[in-house]
Amino acid sequence: MYYDRLIFEISNPGRKGYSLPKSEFKEYSLSNNLQRNEEPMLPEVSELEVVRHYTNVSVKNFGIEKGFYPLGSCTMKYNPKINQDLSNMPEFSLHPYAPVKAAQGVLEIYYETQRILSELSGLHTFTLNPYAGAHGELIGLMIIKAYHQKQNDLKRTKIIVPDSAHGTNPATASVAGFDVVEVKSNMDGTVNVDDLKEALNDEIAGIMLTNPNTLGIFEKDILEISSLVHEAGGLLYYDGANLNPLLGLARPGDMGFDIMHINLHKTFSTPHGGGGPGSGPVGVVEHLVEFLPKPVVKKVNNQFDIEFNNDTTIGQISHFYGNIGVVLKAYSYLLSIGKENFKHIGGLSVLNANYIKESLKDDYLLPIKGICKHEFVFDGLIDKSSHVTTLDVAKRLLDYDVHPPTIYFPLIFKEALMIEPPETESKATIDNFITIMRKVAEEARTNPELVKGAPYNTVVKRLDEATAARNPIVKFRDIES
Amino acid sequence: MSKIIDGLYYANSHEWVKVEDAFAYVGITDYAQESLGEIVFVELPEEDDEISAGGELSAIESVKAASDIVSPVTGTIVMVNEELEDSPELVNEDPYENWIVKIEMENKSELEALLNAAEYKELIE
Amino acid sequence: MFKYLPHTEEDIKAMLEVVGVNNIEDLFSEIPAELMGQDLDVPFSHSELELQRRFQDLADKNTTLIPFVGAGAYDHYTPSVIRHIIERQEFLTAYTPYQPEISQGTLQYIFEYQSHICELTGMDVSNASMYDGATSTAEAMFMAIGAKKRDKILLSKTVNPNIIEVLKTYARFRNITIDYIDSIDGETSIEDFKQKNSKEYAGIIVQSPNFYGIIENYDGYREVLDETKSLFIMNSDISTLSVLKTPREYGVDIAIGDAQALGIPLGYGGPYIGYLATTKKLMRKMPGRICGVTKDTEGKRAFVLTLQAREQHIRREKANSNICSNQSLLALFVTVYLAVMGKKGLKEAQMNSFNATHYLYEQVTSLEGFDVVFNKEFFKDCVIKTTKDVSKINELLFDKGILGPLDLELFDPTMKNYLLFSATEKRTKKEIDLLVSVLEVA
Repeated sequence: MYYDRLIFEISNPGRKGYSLPKSEFKEYSLSNNLQRNEEPMLPEVSELEVVRHYTNVSVKNFGIEKGFYPLGSCTMKYNPKINQDLSNMPEFSLHPYAPVKAAQGVLEIYYETQRILSELSGLHTFTLNPYAGAHGELIGLMIIKAYHQKQNDLKRTKIIVPDSAHGTNPATASVAGFDVVEVKSNMDGTVNVDDLKEALNDEIAGIMLTNPNTLGIFEKDILEISSLVHEAGGLLYYDGANLNPLLGLARPGDMGFDIMHINLHKTFSTPHGGGGPGSGPVGVVEHLVEFLPKPVVKKVNNQFDIEFNNDTTIGQISHFYGNIGVVLKAYSYLLSIGKENFKHIGGLSVLNANYIKESLKDDYLLPIKGICKHEFVFDGLIDKSSHVTTLDVAKRLLDYDVHPPTIYFPLIFKEALMIEPPETESKATIDNFITIMRKVAEEARTNPELVKGAPYNTVVKRLDEATAARNPIVKFRDIES
Repeated sequence: MSKIIDGLYYANSHEWVKVEDAFAYVGITDYAQESLGEIVFVELPEEDDEISAGGELSAIESVKAASDIVSPVTGTIVMVNEELEDSPELVNEDPYENWIVKIEMENKSELEALLNAAEYKELIE
Repeated sequence: MFKYLPHTEEDIKAMLEVVGVNNIEDLFSEIPAELMGQDLDVPFSHSELELQRRFQDLADKNTTLIPFVGAGAYDHYTPSVIRHIIERQEFLTAYTPYQPEISQGTLQYIFEYQSHICELTGMDVSNASMYDGATSTAEAMFMAIGAKKRDKILLSKTVNPNIIEVLKTYARFRNITIDYIDSIDGETSIEDFKQKNSKEYAGIIVQSPNFYGIIENYDGYREVLDETKSLFIMNSDISTLSVLKTPREYGVDIAIGDAQALGIPLGYGGPYIGYLATTKKLMRKMPGRICGVTKDTEGKRAFVLTLQAREQHIRREKANSNICSNQSLLALFVTVYLAVMGKKGLKEAQMNSFNATHYLYEQVTSLEGFDVVFNKEFFKDCVIKTTKDVSKINELLFDKGILGPLDLELFDPTMKNYLLFSATEKRTKKEIDLLVSVLEVA
């Protein structure tokens, strides 16, 4: 049974789903002219109706505990249960204005998490205040700008972004007030060192790189690239979306990166929650620490403190101290994995990716041969005669209970299918995925119309996105009218 | 094969211009609408706005893309095609019939810098 | 192998064979040797039991206090069902709903969330949520700058100082000039606003209830802004809009703020959730995700992300915002909160908070050494002046397990001895009387 009712549609005047204690206070007056004229149309439902409604809504979703998510650049690994339990401990739910002496436990977690992230990444200090990866990028670029401003080097208004970069990179550079210089990548998405030399000059503030890049290729010339950028007076920003394969093996700081962000919801197992909350800690080398956003959590004589006063900081970028609830989960994960196991994460995720790549390269077009890191890209099916597109393949995978890979990204391949199998997926799961992918390729050859009409087994079929965008219906009242 | 109409001027950025006296009607070419796919929104400028050649005139959004429309000429916007507000898909249906703005040109000699039909055909092939 | 890593030795061997290398190290052979194998100073692996012990030790280092401070983070009641619903794996572990056929759950609650936000603000359209109330205010500023193509903004001095700090940071790097509107007696001065407003400004940002808890009245603002075709941006704790005049009723163009007060636990400052709602006219300038209704090929009603062409993954450097996520699970949190509390419960919780804060105010201002500052109507924060030593007051309260008022001198040196108090429906008369008794002898 397809359940599509909205909470407003099961509402009945007079029902309620809450109970509050009787007020012990008298009613104080509030002027009429400060009050709203009409009551908001909020639902009136009993508690069971609420629970049943959202249970029925929930089962229309796919989730990691249901099946495999080979989403490129998203690192959809298992979200351990214990992390959730520990983050729910009521002792951590303090008011943000609690005095530091009442918050030593949570401040220690903040401090220790940033310290472990510094060790793992080879950078000096992290702030955990940024709320998400894109937020981290923005803070990183503000730091680049603040650094050049402090040197009084005001000509540096441009940021180099390779054309293979995540879409957020150029958007962030622009929001931080930079002009974007896009440089073309080599065939394998790596930086073309000659083009880079050409692009570098005294107007370049820095470069944003992802390593391994979005095609899963490690920049083997990274040391040359970083010294070229530094010689030209620029800084290197590392987009941590692809950190997972290097965990415990190689560190962005050692490669010459000056600033990076980490997605705790990718590499460090915190749940994606259908799009957030995430957390995007930003790390910097020692000479940039002074620019980190305030407030800063410090350790002084074995006590933890919060510092607000600092003249060179870029300023405040969040109301309080970031998504602490997400940090608690990541800290729990860091302690669980521990020194012994970090290197297996990179190793096994890379093994999983290469195994899938080698197993499917006879059916799907592999533009970049050779060893990849945690992810790789197919440029659609090899056999394009039936005109089955990457979108069709993705939709057909839904029928087999697999979340499709990232599609149509990176933009350098027209039919891109980007696959990332995290280390928490077993050989059995991956073998099953390979079988399904081969089967879809076979169907595309023998019965292309079947694939083009997919999906069939989902609660809804393909959607009319054009009508939705032309005449947006974005709230319940729009449906009613 | 995209449709091209003789007698119009074309810009490298895929706008067409139809000249009537001092006025220029501007729209996007068949090639442009095909590349964009299903158009869902045309952002219209305000009448009386002044615009220079090469400046951003408006933006067109499709389901999966957004594209700026660059003004091929300098002048004042005297009329916008309000029909597109409710029915942006008209640009898909007939891109040459459904112009976007009418501009009173300041300098007709700017038209010489644009392409003719044959030159535009070469550009998109 | 470790419990989150399912590979057996045989699995690894078989997989290496398919890949055509001898061992896992060979998969990293192109990485320069000097970059590999650093010894890391990180903790050793904790078993689950050790982990629980470690967290309990850390938890014991915190002190749980009864808060009598709000200032942007309110200790409201959280109905039990919410946690159970949002921790269902279908909601918790799902990715962003880019594949709508298998994300109808997420998309539907986002649609319900947007509907709720529009009901409470009175606006036409809401996005799927933002990081927090401060950053949603910054995004509204960017939106106004982009829509009006003007690079200056007016900001009332009665806005929460943390939000002002965030706005200053965002503005600095984008070369936006912020000019301030004075406050008179704890309220935005409409006279100062009228005098400063001009066509150079993209709009004005105000907050009500403002930082001091005062409910501001914006009658007349719209007319002033219409003269310069500027935008009206209003920040509110959304829970208060169940009672107070809505942004729409004041003619606001962009309504923003935090929705933490819809039952989200204090959580030491996050995760919270920012909302952003606007008019139909500005809809396509709005940052972030939006969910809309459509039909599938069989005509069934379904939900889908829409107006995506505005977003960073398509516009890249031309995008007006780099946002590429929302606080989705918190959007679900407040959606369930509003379903449980409903039309009556939300208002009841808010009015109980209003009454508790007024009782506190009445009791404290009647004490020797405590005085009224602003003679204005307030909601669930209030300012009281004292002749007593502020840090001593807070020490004494701490000893009784109470988180005392915020010392406003920390934000404004002219506000020495000004205290910002707050109470919610969770505060009992007994607790408030305890607070009052400590203040009396302080």
